[in-house]
Amino acid sequence: MTDTPARPEPPPSALSAAYWEGLRRGELLLQVCANCGVPRHYPRLLCCECYHDGVHWCAASGRGRVHSWTVAHYAYHPAFAAELPYTLVTVDLEEGPRALGRWYGGALAIGLPVRVRIVQREAGPELCFEVADAAAS
Amino acid sequence: MSLAERACVSGVGETAYVRGSPKSAFELQIEAALAAIADAGLRPRDIDGVIPIGIVSGIAEDFIDNFAIPDLHFSAVIPHGGASPVMALQAAASVVASGICRHVLIAFGRNVSAAANKAGARIHAMPQFHYVTEFEHPLGNSAPAQIYAPMARRHMELYGTRVEHFGAVAVACREHAMLNERAIMKKPITLEDHRNSRLIADPFRLLDCSLESDGGAAVVVSAAAAGHDAPRPRVLISGVATGHPDSPASITQRPDMTSLGLAKAAPRAFRMAGVTPADIEVAEIYDCFTYAVIRQLEDMGFCAKGEGGPFVADGRLRLGGALPTNTHGGLLSQAHVWGLNHVVELVRQLRGEAGRAQVAGARLGLVTGYGDLGDGAIAIMRRG
Ligand SMILES: [Zn+2]
Repeated sequence: MTDTPARPEPPPSALSAAYWEGLRRGELLLQVCANCGVPRHYPRLLCCECYHDGVHWCAASGRGRVHSWTVAHYAYHPAFAAELPYTLVTVDLEEGPRALGRWYGGALAIGLPVRVRIVQREAGPELCFEVADAAAS
Repeated sequence: MSLAERACVSGVGETAYVRGSPKSAFELQIEAALAAIADAGLRPRDIDGVIPIGIVSGIAEDFIDNFAIPDLHFSAVIPHGGASPVMALQAAASVVASGICRHVLIAFGRNVSAAANKAGARIHAMPQFHYVTEFEHPLGNSAPAQIYAPMARRHMELYGTRVEHFGAVAVACREHAMLNERAIMKKPITLEDHRNSRLIADPFRLLDCSLESDGGAAVVVSAAAAGHDAPRPRVLISGVATGHPDSPASITQRPDMTSLGLAKAAPRAFRMAGVTPADIEVAEIYDCFTYAVIRQLEDMGFCAKGEGGPFVADGRLRLGGALPTNTHGGLLSQAHVWGLNHVVELVRQLRGEAGRAQVAGARLGLVTGYGDLGDGAIAIMRRG
């Protein structure tokens, strides 16, 4: 057991409770407008196409492409100091919205096909992405 | 009815900028406010509108109490981080132009030396960062350097922007800080020093990041027709505008993460002022990171999208260059007071009071603000 401080936990929010429940089950869920079917993320109250507030929570395909990334070399929260350097990747999901996840793979490029992988950690589920081809093999 | 040149900045003030000030944020805010009010030739009780910047120092009631303001006509809080000071110029100009107020005080103080006030800690108490706090902070995306880095990375990948372009911004700011006795950073740097500085959040290196510092700054905005005997040359607000990016609270979800709210605001401000970027003689551009200057130059139309990197190379931003920028050293090398120091510097330049960093004969300039995750503001000012 190390004395690494715990990662920050997401503050509870009624709007996004279903999202976190999904991640804990190993599913990436997106809000889909119950009226017009447009998906949205991060969770918010209204559909900005039709202003309806009803949603269905639908599992994303998990497929996407790299939009951008950064490699953290400095820890602004002590929980991450032992993980340096670590990579955060922004992904265009197939459904349209984006997601931010951790990346444990190699070199990144805009447009690289990736797929989601959810790792259950002590502080909660961690959204990760990995190269799509490697996961398919 | 246009707001153009209906308001002026009549007074500016600053504290010393330091690291580890023994004074509270409120004490620093009041010290700067008193300096700005005196600079305007006014007494504290002459202030009839106040816009305190940020949420960590004094509120309107504190100014009424301490200044014995007999009848405050207006107050507002503008919750957009580093865009707030220039956004406040818009609000202040509006209320003095409409006759609601004669003299509006905009004042800020900060003391970030306490651990709870460091970047990466304080933003998670702010509602405008709620998406970051819930969905990104648990993954280790905690502080502005990390949150903004993907914008810069994408700009590099799409447009070929290079490390030395970021370095050109850092070097120009440092050169200007060397001329400014009120600047914190005093050691000269080169492009090599920039490239060799340690990575913080790729592609940002240490010398791409603005300072954490303590201090206060303030300005007084008066009606252009206020008619009081201002001791200093008037600096008129010719054009002012604010704008927000799509998906303002999440860079991850932003349709174009390389575009800021300033891209919407700048055309309105230039139209109001009746000038173009080619007319600008000095610019004070919000420089939380070097990349932010390149991005804003594109958003304002100084160059086409993607050409900001080459635009800042070859010394264009240095004194003597085509567009002297951040002549006080900026947030990168003078101090970080949310860019209210940029407003102060622009006024000094246009008054001819900028000392060794004076742009000879400057009569027209601009200042930008950039807050939270991409909210933007711009003020174009002219010596009256
Ligand atoms: Zn809808």
